[in-house]
Amino acid sequence: MPTAKIRQLLESATAKIDGPLIAIVLCILALGLATLYSAAYQAPARFGAQGLNALLALTLMWVVAQVHPQVFMRIAVPVFLAVLLMLVGVALFGDVRNGARRWLPLGFASIQPSELMKLAMPLLLARYFHRHEAALRLREFAVAFVVLAIPTAMIARQPDLGTALLVAAAGLYVIFLAGLPWKVIAAGITMVLASLPILWGVLHDYQRRRFLTLLDPSSDPLGAGYHIIQSTIAVGSGGITGKGWLGGTQTHLEFIPERATDFIFAVYSEEFGLIGASILLVLYLALIMRGLMISANAPTFFTRLLAGAITLTFFTYAVVNMGMVSGLLPVVGVPLPFISYGGTSLITLSLSIGMLMSIQHHRTLVQT
Amino acid sequence: MAEIKNIRRELHYFQVRLGVAGALVLAAFAILFGRFFYLQVVQHQYYDTKAEDNRISIVPIPPNRGLIFDRNGVVLARNYSAYTLELTLSKIADLDGTINALARLVDIQPRDRRRFQRLREESKGRDNLTLRTRLTDEEVAVLAVNRYRFPGMDIKGRPFRQYPLGEVASHVVGYISRIDDQDVDRIEESDQAGNYKGTDHIGKTGLEQSYEQALHGTTGFEQAETDASGRIVPRGTNVRTLAPRTPPRPGNNLTLTLDIRLQEAAERAFGDNRGALVAIEPATGGILAFVSKPGYDPNLFVDGIDPANWDALNNSPDHPLNNRALTGLYPPGSTFKPYMALAALELGKRTPTQTIFDPGYFIFGNNRFRDDKADGHGYVDMYKSIVMSCDTYYYMLANDLGIDNMARFIGQFGFGAKTGIDVEGEFVGVLPSPEWKLKRFKNPAQQRWFPGETISVGIGQGYNSYTPLQLAQAVATLANDGVMYRPHFVDYIQNPITGERKSVEPQAMKTIPLKAKNLELIKHAMVGVNKEGTGARAFSGAVYVSAGKTGTAQVVALKQGEKYSEATVAEHLRDHALFIAFAPADKPSIALAVLVENAGFGARAAAPVARQVLDFYLLGKDIKKPAERAPSPVPQAPKDADGED
Repeated sequence: MPTAKIRQLLESATAKIDGPLIAIVLCILALGLATLYSAAYQAPARFGAQGLNALLALTLMWVVAQVHPQVFMRIAVPVFLAVLLMLVGVALFGDVRNGARRWLPLGFASIQPSELMKLAMPLLLARYFHRHEAALRLREFAVAFVVLAIPTAMIARQPDLGTALLVAAAGLYVIFLAGLPWKVIAAGITMVLASLPILWGVLHDYQRRRFLTLLDPSSDPLGAGYHIIQSTIAVGSGGITGKGWLGGTQTHLEFIPERATDFIFAVYSEEFGLIGASILLVLYLALIMRGLMISANAPTFFTRLLAGAITLTFFTYAVVNMGMVSGLLPVVGVPLPFISYGGTSLITLSLSIGMLMSIQHHRTLVQT
Repeated sequence: MAEIKNIRRELHYFQVRLGVAGALVLAAFAILFGRFFYLQVVQHQYYDTKAEDNRISIVPIPPNRGLIFDRNGVVLARNYSAYTLELTLSKIADLDGTINALARLVDIQPRDRRRFQRLREESKGRDNLTLRTRLTDEEVAVLAVNRYRFPGMDIKGRPFRQYPLGEVASHVVGYISRIDDQDVDRIEESDQAGNYKGTDHIGKTGLEQSYEQALHGTTGFEQAETDASGRIVPRGTNVRTLAPRTPPRPGNNLTLTLDIRLQEAAERAFGDNRGALVAIEPATGGILAFVSKPGYDPNLFVDGIDPANWDALNNSPDHPLNNRALTGLYPPGSTFKPYMALAALELGKRTPTQTIFDPGYFIFGNNRFRDDKADGHGYVDMYKSIVMSCDTYYYMLANDLGIDNMARFIGQFGFGAKTGIDVEGEFVGVLPSPEWKLKRFKNPAQQRWFPGETISVGIGQGYNSYTPLQLAQAVATLANDGVMYRPHFVDYIQNPITGERKSVEPQAMKTIPLKAKNLELIKHAMVGVNKEGTGARAFSGAVYVSAGKTGTAQVVALKQGEKYSEATVAEHLRDHALFIAFAPADKPSIALAVLVENAGFGARAAAPVARQVLDFYLLGKDIKKPAERAPSPVPQAPKDADGED
C-alpha cells in the first residue's frame, strides 16, 4: 500500500478526534496506570484488567466521536427512560452488596444503572431546554427540577450518596447553564442552607458519621475516621517530591484503604508529591478548560448545554475525589477520573469525552 | 435581525454562565492546590512523622545476661540458646483448638498446658506467651513446615538461663523467671521500662535478683517495617530504608568470693539434714560458703515452674524454698557464751580466774534455772565455762551484767541487725532488751521486762533469735579482732567486652574497741573447746588449730523440772544443733556458723559439719578427695563431751 493511502486512512480515522483532549486524556491515563501498578501491587491482575478497560474505553470514545450530535439528541429520551426503568428494576430486584442495592443483574453481567444516569440526565435535560429554548420560563425550570429529583432520590435511597450527588450536579449544571435566573439561584441556595437541618435528619447514620468524622477524624480513628486520617497522612508525607514510584509506605504497607479505587489519589500524591499533584491538577484543569471552550463554541443550545454539563460533571468528579482524599470533603464514593480502577466509570467518562469530541468536530457543519 | 440579535444575546448570556462556571473551577482548583501545599509543604514534617510511626516499629534486641562465676571461675549461671514455641493470643481465635492441633505435631505435655494457663493468668496484657520451650530440631522443622496453618504461632530462638550445678548454692545464685505484674511496677519505678522491652525474665531471688541491674545489660534496638495489620515485613523487602540497628550491650559478669567446691563439700556434710551454714573470710567479709538445706533446682523456675513442681516445693514440710541462712531465725544457744564472757571482761564484771560454784542449777527468785549437767560442773572459771559450756556461770553473769549492758555490748557484733549482705530479704532477728520489748508488744503487761528473762538470754535462749548469717558475721568479727566487714558474695563485676573490673572492695563497717588481752583469752578458750572441750571429739586429729563453740538451741521451752528427751519429742520440736568456729586460730582465714535443725546436740550434729568444711578449706585444696577425710569416731574424746550445754 502506498504511504499516501495509509496517511489518508489515518487522517480520516483521526479526523473527528480532538487533539488536545486526546493528548490530555492519554497523559492522565498513563499516570493512572502507573499509579495503579503501584497501588495494586498485591493484585497485579488489576493492572492488566485496567489496561483492557482503557483500550475498550478509548475505542468507545472513538466510536462516539464519529456520531453526530443530532443522534445524541434523538436518543436522549429513550436512553433516559431505559435507565430510569433499570433504576426501578434495581429497587425491585437489585443485588445487595455492602449493604446497598445498586446492582442490576443482567444474567451475563451486573451493571450499576446509577452510573449511566450521570450521562442520561444531562442528555435529557439538555434536549428538554433545547426544545423550549425560545421561551424559557420558570415553568420549564420547575419541570426540569422535578425530572432531576426523581432519579436522584431513587439513587440516594439505594443508598449511593456519591452517585446521587454527581447525577444531581450534572442536572443542576444543565439547569444553571440553561439560564436559571440568578434570583432563583440565590433563593435556592438560601433554601438549601435553611433546610440543612432537615436534610440531616434524612441521612443514614453512616452518612452522618462521615460528615462528622470529616470535621474531626480523630474522633473515630479506627472506624470512619481511619480512611481520612490515613489518606491525609499519605498525601502529607509525600512532601514536595514524593517518596518515588513504588516507594509509598502508606500504600505498600496497606495503610490506605481502597487504594486502587476511590483513594488512589492518596497513592499518587504519596509517591509523586506536590509536584505530581500539581501536574495532575494542571491536566484536569486543561481538560476542563478545553471542555468549556468546546461548550462555548458549540453550535446549538443542546450541544452547548451538553458539553458544558459534561465538562462540569467531570470537574465535580475530580474535585470531590481529591477533596475527599485530602480531608477537605466527606468520604463519598466518587472515583478519580481516568485514574481510579474500575471499568464502569472509565467507560462513562470516555463516552462523555467522545461526545465532547463529536460536538467539537461538528460545530461548523451545523452553524453554516 | 431581531432574531439574530436575540441569538447573539442568548449566546453571550450562556458564555457569561460558562465564565462563572470556569471561575468556580479555578477557585476550586486553587483551594485544592492550597490544601495540597498545606499538607505536603507546611505540614509535611508532621505527616511524615506520622507515616514513619505507621511504618516503623521498634524491635528491641534483648542483651545477653551476665554470667555468674565462683571465685575460681566455675560457672554457676550461664545462657544457652534454644527454640521456643510461642503463641500470640490476639491473632488466635480458637486457642484450645490451636493448642490441640499443635499437640498433634509436637509433644505438648499436660504440664506445658498448665504452665501456659498460669502464664495467661499471671501476665495480663502480654500478648505473646510461650507454650513449649527447648524444642528439638525435629520439632522446629515440623512446626516450620506447618506454620501457615497456625496464624499467631511463632518459633523463636531465645537465650535460656541455666544453672549447671542445679541445687548447689541455689539459695545464693537464686533464679530468674518470667516478669510478672509486680516486676513490671518495679521496672517502671526504676525508670528501666525502655531497657526491659524485649526482656521476658528477671531475677527473682538471690544474686540474680540483687544484681539484676548489673546482670541485665542494655537492650539494643532495631527498626522493622510493619504493615497496617501489624505484620513485620521481612528484611530486604522493605519499602524504604531503616535506621541502622543499635546493638545490645551484654550484662556484666559476676565473680563471687564463694568457693563452689567448698560449698559442695559443705552441702554434702549436711547429709539429709536441714540446716544452714555460712562461712566468711574474716579479713574481707567475703562469703566462702552459704548453705541452706534442703535446696531446690533453680532451673525449674526459669521457664515458669509447672504447678506440680511448685506444689511439691511450696508444700514440703522441709521448706526447701526458705533461705535459712538469710531468713531463718534461731536462738544461738551456747554459741552466745563467748560474747557474754567477752562482755564480762570488757565491762569488768569478771576476771579470767574468778570462779563460781555450779551445783547444777541457779536459783533466781522463785525460779530454778537448770544447768545442762544435772549435778553441776563444780568450780568453774571463765576458761572452763566456755570449754565445758557451763550454763550456771552465764546465768550468774547475766544477772550481774544486766540486760542493758548485754544488749549494748553484744549488739556491737551485729546480733539483731541487718548485716548489709548483697542479697535481698535478710531478716533482722531479735536482740532482746527492754526497749525491744517495749516496741514489740502492744499490751502494757507484756511490755515490761522481767529480770528473770535476763537469765535465759545469758545462755542464748529466751527472746534471742538470729539468722545463721548474723552468727557467722559475729564470729568472723571476733576472729578478726573486732574489725567487722560487710559480708558480701560478689568479689568483682566484670564488663565482658572491655574486661573492665569493678571490685567490691572489702568494707570495714566498724571496729569494736576491744582489749587485745581479753580477745586473746576468749580465743584461747574457744581453741580449748575444740582441743579438750565440747568440740574435741569432732576436731580430734585436726592438723590445724581451730577455735569453736558448740550450741544447742531449744525449740520448745521446757516446763519447770521437765527433762528433755530426744526420743520422746517430735522431730520438728527437737533441739537445733549449732556450732561456730574459725581457723587457723592464730591467723583466721575462715569463720563459720553451722546450724542443723532438730538434730540435737551441737557437738554431735553441727561440729562435724564444721570440721568437714574447715578440713576442706584449709587442707582440701591440695587433697583431691576430701570426702575420705570425714572424721571417724575417735574414742579418746573428753568424758563429758556429749553432756555440754
